[in-house]
Amino acid sequence: MAFVQCTGLCKTYTVGGEQVRALDHVSLTVERGDFIAICGPSGSGKSTLANVIGGLDQPDSGSVVVDGVDLARAKDAELSAYRNSHIGFVFQSFNLQSHETALENVISPLVVGGVGKKRTRRAKGMRALERVGLADRAGHKPTQLSGGQRQRVAIARALVNNPALIIADEPTGNLDSHRGAEVMAELERLNREGITLVIITHDQAVAARAGRVLTIKDGTITETRGRA
Amino acid sequence: MRLALRELRRSRRRFVPTTVALALLVVLLLMLGGLLDGLYIGSTGALRSQDDELVAFDRAARESTLRSRVEPATRAEIEAVPGVRSTSGFGIALVGADVPRTDELADAAVMGYEGRVGGVPAPPAPGRAWADRSLEARGVRIGDVVRVGPTRIPLRVIGWVDDTNYLQQGGLWVEPGTWRTVLAESRPGAAVGDDVFQNVWIDVASGADPLRVAAAIDAATGTTRTITRAEAVLALPGIREQNATFTQIIGVTFLVAGLVVALFFALLTLERTPMLGVLKALGASSRQLVGALMTQTVAVTVVAFVVGGVVALGLDRLIPPEVPLVVTPGRALFVAVGIFVAAVIGGAVSLRRIIRIDPASAIGTGT
Ligand SMILES: Nc1ncnc2c1ncn2[C@@H]1O[C@H](COP(=O)(O)OP(=O)(O)OP(=O)(O)O)[C@@H](O)[C@H]1O
Ligand SMILES: [Mg+2]
Repeated sequence: MAFVQCTGLCKTYTVGGEQVRALDHVSLTVERGDFIAICGPSGSGKSTLANVIGGLDQPDSGSVVVDGVDLARAKDAELSAYRNSHIGFVFQSFNLQSHETALENVISPLVVGGVGKKRTRRAKGMRALERVGLADRAGHKPTQLSGGQRQRVAIARALVNNPALIIADEPTGNLDSHRGAEVMAELERLNREGITLVIITHDQAVAARAGRVLTIKDGTITETRGRA
Repeated sequence: MRLALRELRRSRRRFVPTTVALALLVVLLLMLGGLLDGLYIGSTGALRSQDDELVAFDRAARESTLRSRVEPATRAEIEAVPGVRSTSGFGIALVGADVPRTDELADAAVMGYEGRVGGVPAPPAPGRAWADRSLEARGVRIGDVVRVGPTRIPLRVIGWVDDTNYLQQGGLWVEPGTWRTVLAESRPGAAVGDDVFQNVWIDVASGADPLRVAAAIDAATGTTRTITRAEAVLALPGIREQNATFTQIIGVTFLVAGLVVALFFALLTLERTPMLGVLKALGASSRQLVGALMTQTVAVTVVAFVVGGVVALGLDRLIPPEVPLVVTPGRALFVAVGIFVAAVIGGAVSLRRIIRIDPASAIGTGT
């Protein structure tokens, strides 16, 4: 069985009396170690799909089975635990806590998950920061970091729990091309180390590096480039 | 838990104004409660310390000891009622007491009794008195001769008794003859003859129903009104009004405390919605975040109670002894539980909002 198996996902939003089909019978599979890019125009449903796979949101119908657990039917506590231990999120806006240092931000999933003692958490946090090359910035606040560095802190935060899957929703959207490339290189390296990667992007250059490219339009998905 | 305390430590300053406001409300509650208790204790001690369950008034006196007269013949009728084991005569004279070494008159209640008063030893010899310890603050010492009433009748204080005051006047417990003398000198119109008392307290035989005995007494005499000790306490002038007024003020104060907490955490939750959304995205469950909210509510309340308690104790020392302020452990516990309940209800107002924070839409914002 595939690592992630989505079948017939539907999600409709009602905005001001009008129905918006964000997902319209979307099915896809993700294998362990895949690097998938999801493309499509704005408003096509990319983020909705990423959120459903990541357990941030639940579909109206259909199923998302990850490691044998159907997220579409999971309760809040199960979903939270799944997000905490299986998924690393990287968002377009970095969503770091501005009053916390880089290291404190990185270890917050461990605090949320009640993992280990303080010393263990800090050690894990430092290791994650080392992996993204920011160990020397552990004590800096987000405002003292560049955009690219902030996003790498966010990646370290996504990594700290050793997730099987990283979901990155436009991770380079707020960065210039140079820093964007830096962040992409980081994510690709993690993928080579075995982490499954789902990236949502507008950027053709980013999509070009992915193993598979899926395109969403008006809530329907097509695979535009398959496994190499 | 860890989340909550982490934030409390980190943004301590944000919690200070609310904690201070709650602490002030705790001070207010302890003061109001202490005043209520002090007024109640100082007004009712003489009646509450009676051993007997029932007390008979002259019906025309409308439950006022000072207006009441019970003649020896009536007392004999009472004693003949089945279920009455024994009776004790009781009377009060409110007087000014001239205390040695002081210029001011102390308010005193000279109480004539025959015994059966808890905490007060048997009636002393004529001209001697057991004094309530509250008179110590007015300069009275054991061995002093205080002079009471307009004719300055001398009473020698031979020992202290506790919590026996009547309408904020310091209790001076004397044998009935001394009381009659004091009453006749201080209010000649109210003078009573030998063996006459204002009240008769009734010891109900074990097994007998006090209420039935009371009804039987009133039926037998035709001139008395017999009520329980608790009813007599409530019949004291002002006690009911006092209780009702203070209870309302205290209730409103608890309401304000709940609103302060509700408003604070509602604003805090609103302001933190993006952050809470991110925490949810990172795997915090709604239950965990609600737990954090409740932990913070409790922490704020506990700190506020401790700070408020210390301030109240400090004020208690500064306040002059004439102010009948008594902070009892029971009152402190009541305030602690009340403020805790108000805060938890106030905090719970934000519960729904926290549960409904959608991590997917909250993460669009932030830094
Ligand atoms: N919480 C919501 N409430 C109402 N409508 C929503 C909500 N989230 C998404 N939508 C709608 O669903 C559709 C898909 O949204 P989604 O965010 O998945 O698009 P997207 O492909 O990620 O777009 P973008 O590239 O602009 O990020 C859009 O039409 C959007 O307006
Ligand atoms: Mg999007």
